[in-house]
Amino acid sequence: MIHLTINGNSRQFEVESLTVGELVEKLGLTGKRLAIERNGEIVPRGAFADAVLNSHDKLEIVGAVGGG
Amino acid sequence: MDTLNIAGKSYQSRLLVGTGKYQDFAQTRAAIDASGAEIITVAIRRTNIGQNAGEPSLLEFLPPEEFTYLPNTAGCYSADDAVRTLRLARELLDGHKLVKLEVLGDPNTLYPNMLETIKAAATLVKDGFDVMVYCSDDPIIAKQLEELGCAAVMPLASLIGSGMGILNPWNLQIIIDNAKIPVLVDAGVGTASDAAIAMELGCQGVLMNTAIAAAKDPVLMAGAMKKAVEAGREAYLAGRMPKKLYSASPSSPTSGLIA
Repeated sequence: MIHLTINGNSRQFEVESLTVGELVEKLGLTGKRLAIERNGEIVPRGAFADAVLNSHDKLEIVGAVGGG
Repeated sequence: MDTLNIAGKSYQSRLLVGTGKYQDFAQTRAAIDASGAEIITVAIRRTNIGQNAGEPSLLEFLPPEEFTYLPNTAGCYSADDAVRTLRLARELLDGHKLVKLEVLGDPNTLYPNMLETIKAAATLVKDGFDVMVYCSDDPIIAKQLEELGCAAVMPLASLIGSGMGILNPWNLQIIIDNAKIPVLVDAGVGTASDAAIAMELGCQGVLMNTAIAAAKDPVLMAGAMKKAVEAGREAYLAGRMPKKLYSASPSSPTSGLIA
């Protein structure tokens, strides 16, 4: 079981291990333009597949919205 | 060709517009097209997880290939949050370096916290960003931001979203006279004449959102702003006649009148 905090909400995943790429797929965000920060550090898009998440990682997943 | 030059790139339009507060993306797009803007600001926000996964995104209506995106740090109250937000923006937009820094100090006035802004600007410049910075209309602060290596300073004309127009043209004039980097008015423009006045003062451009989005007819107002910025720029370049109190000068010949 992996516990994550994603955009301020806690989420559990019933898996042994999870990469950022697998998480993006599980969240239905595949193909969306987004950026991810893990524990305050950017995870580059090219590194999603190799970035293995640890339990209690804090993630911010963001996109662009209208603003001034 | 008279162009706006920021961080080594030139732009035909001196009007920069925000993408917030519109009814829908279609209206956003129509207003931006009418404004002629090439640089558009966007905010960076948490993606909805697990809901509305298929909803359209801003980027579909305003493809980053067609516009220069200016990601902002609206809503950030600390240098750290602003820097994190813009690092995320750079990743989101494939290494894009041009950003709008704003660090707010108070939720009622949205007045900038210049101590935190300066701290963030120093970090971002060192990190390789081209920083356009929202700031107070203090000429000393504006100069310090320039010396830090910012790409442009963007003093407020009046409070964000207030539509109060240009409240202190004298300070703006001092900032413009002393600056070696572009000065753009950001925030406070309410209607076309405000934008024209900013440009007549010698601003290199004007950034606005609410003045267009909150107009009764945003698309029509966007066109008005385009013309106002162009007219103000041309008037500035043309050089206005001196004001002459008590010294009227007729435009028609003074001789040859019938008697």
